[in-house]
Amino acid sequence: MKHFKSKIETLVSEAENTPDLLLQYLCTVQSLYSYIPERIVHLLADRLDIPPVKIFGVVDFYAFLHREARGDFDILFSDSITDRMLGNQELIDSLCMKLGVDLGKPRNDERVTVDVASCTGICDQGPALLVNGRVISKLDEERIVAIHDLVESCTPVTDWPESFFIVEDNIQRPDILLSDQIANGSAIKALISNGSSRFLETLSQSGLRGRGGAGFNTATKWRLCRNAQSDERYVVCNADEGEPGTFKDRVLLNSYADIVFEGMTLCGGAIGAEKGYLYLRGEYRYLLQDLERTLQKRREANLLGRNILGQEDFNFEIDIHLGAGAYICGEESALLESLSGKRGIPRDRPPFPVTSGFRQKPTVINNVETFLAAAKISVFGAEWFNSVGTENSSGTKLLSVSGDCSRPGIYEYPFGVSIKQILGDCGATDTQAVQVAGAAGTTIPPEEFDRKISFEDISTAGSIMIFNQQRDLLDMVQNFAHFFCHESCGFCTPCRIGGTLMKNLVEKVVAGHATRYDLDEMQNIGMVMKNTAHCGLGTTAANPVLNTLEKFPDIYSRRLANSGYEPSFDLDASLEISRQVTGRDDDGAHIWDE
Amino acid sequence: MLSDKTFTIDNKNIPFRDGDTIMDAALRAGEYIPHLCHNPEFKPNGSCRVCVVEANGQRVSACNQPALENMVVDNSSDAIMDLRRSLLQMLFVEGNHVCPACEKSGACQLQAVAYYTRMLSPHFTHFFPRRDMDATHPDIAIDFNRCILCKLCVRASRDVDRKHVFLISGRGINSRLVINSPSGKLGDSEVSITDKAVAVCPVGAILPKHKGYEKPIGERLYDNKPISIMGDVAANFSLNSFSKDVDVK
Repeated sequence: MKHFKSKIETLVSEAENTPDLLLQYLCTVQSLYSYIPERIVHLLADRLDIPPVKIFGVVDFYAFLHREARGDFDILFSDSITDRMLGNQELIDSLCMKLGVDLGKPRNDERVTVDVASCTGICDQGPALLVNGRVISKLDEERIVAIHDLVESCTPVTDWPESFFIVEDNIQRPDILLSDQIANGSAIKALISNGSSRFLETLSQSGLRGRGGAGFNTATKWRLCRNAQSDERYVVCNADEGEPGTFKDRVLLNSYADIVFEGMTLCGGAIGAEKGYLYLRGEYRYLLQDLERTLQKRREANLLGRNILGQEDFNFEIDIHLGAGAYICGEESALLESLSGKRGIPRDRPPFPVTSGFRQKPTVINNVETFLAAAKISVFGAEWFNSVGTENSSGTKLLSVSGDCSRPGIYEYPFGVSIKQILGDCGATDTQAVQVAGAAGTTIPPEEFDRKISFEDISTAGSIMIFNQQRDLLDMVQNFAHFFCHESCGFCTPCRIGGTLMKNLVEKVVAGHATRYDLDEMQNIGMVMKNTAHCGLGTTAANPVLNTLEKFPDIYSRRLANSGYEPSFDLDASLEISRQVTGRDDDGAHIWDE
Repeated sequence: MLSDKTFTIDNKNIPFRDGDTIMDAALRAGEYIPHLCHNPEFKPNGSCRVCVVEANGQRVSACNQPALENMVVDNSSDAIMDLRRSLLQMLFVEGNHVCPACEKSGACQLQAVAYYTRMLSPHFTHFFPRRDMDATHPDIAIDFNRCILCKLCVRASRDVDRKHVFLISGRGINSRLVINSPSGKLGDSEVSITDKAVAVCPVGAILPKHKGYEKPIGERLYDNKPISIMGDVAANFSLNSFSKDVDVK
């Protein structure tokens, strides 16, 4: 314990007298102790001059921070719909039974906790789990048996078979972004020789738009930030890839991290920022060590630090901040809050981050893929990029393909590619529906498979989840409804309460107790959320229900109770406790359906 | 000084200043836009969403949306009123709001706005959460069953009282108001009866003790005139009406 305490004290004493690092300390404490002990909270509270209750408020916001010890092994099964389609439920049950634990509850001997997490971004090689922050992919019963043995024998995770932790890139179709290589430093050199104005002109001509899904023009964003009055500016890379079914950033950070960092440095040079942050989702903590190593190499090569490549006054440094299990932090203003060590509640906009971002200073926030593209545009020029794609969507897009297909993985296509072509290339047959852009995206039926991936038609950060005819799409709707309920920050009324009402109604449909009235009710709640929620999560959280009610009404109607009136609960089931208490199970103790 | 710039709310011309939100200009012009988490003394929060209006075709919250010249704002159509009523109903089923048994009944902003939006029932399925009551403070009681997470006490305690007594913790539907004190109870917090945080609660969550039901039903704040005329609970708050024993500075 003394060792831990000194480590924490060292960490805290190195703080730049700012509470910005609170979340980072908490992540470290969590991984050292498997929870956040109260005495550490008080220690942090004293050092950072933050009331303890405020620190607990942060702890309670993030799914990966806990107030109770999780034990030596904190096992989190990824519970996205694609993991479910690959059979994760049986594996979860199996491991829980073998270990003798209830889902989500630490075992009495404080050895192990088995729980579920939102999509961990391993959809192309699931089912997956995280054990103490490390990913185990391709789970099957054999692996579950092995994991059980390793836990019971108390084998440290560092000694578990390396083969468990292999996460493949699975690049199935590279195009210009993934194949045309650039030498380290070449994008920065091009910036130095061309100058910021000419580079931004090139970026503008390339037509690059943000790859996170919203599609704001990148050159415009960088110029707005550059022109904002301020003594300080920041560059932030949004690597909080939490949209279910998306995993391209995992691959980029695993194999293209140098170019991503190069893009951030380029941005820093172009807009006059000296500090950049990579906000890495907690689920990708396993990539942290390699990313830090890459940053160190870049410092040694003078591609980071002071006077980059000998250029006077070109100073830029990059820090990595970890998230801790909060999908909402992918929303850029919530990300900025989280980056400041706070609860990830989306801010009011305006002001936008380009004028008031991190520490209320002008900030460029872009997606991982955007920085990669910008770096390559700096080297290869605008035409290299805009000669592919469509009129308003130049360049290529990385798509994360998972679900019912024979070749899941990363597909890079010029914008304008049709759903039909993607399905053909990845080996999907007998497709019932494609969920594009994640849980908040659009459910596409076969008659719309000619639609195209582009900002003009279907805009996406790249999630493509495929469902064949054997799937019940209601499972997807149910999974997403739970997801949004779990991930709502709770700030605004329609998302916090409406999302919960929606989830409960979806459960009612699944249980076979819903009537037409309930479907109308879901439609109404969905419209209230869409029209009144505070941020993008809330306004889109009802999409899976609204889309499927419109395009796939059968998945609901076949579950409806036949009668015109059906109580919202199962009368017979609600008598179960009474039956147990009285020890009766005769006909008179039941209310049977007519 | 008001500029010549105007926009319209329900076809009425509303003058505004640079930097005004729709709500700021509406309040100044005496145009009522229903709201719960807004109080003109504080920076807008924008969490209750009850002040939703349609401005130039977009649904926005009036409290934090900047006013623009010639903006056309719909503040009273059935579509807007329907949205507001649904939001109110959501707030009613989230907590445990038993109006007939509440000391604040008749002088409660949640109830008054519900009447204003012609809400007749909570409509949705009640959550019936288990929430505590905290009566540990000698002068103030807090009933978490009635808290609507408007953050007015959080803002008042932080920005006016400079005490940081109240905070929001948790996430999603588990979001909750918490007290900044060693025990987590109000009794050993720094709050006092004269704090702004006590005066701003729009519902019956934070209540001064010792003075219950002083005003009979029928004579309460919103009993005879609607909230659109009477204004917010906080604007009508007078400590003397609750407790004559406390020395108000």
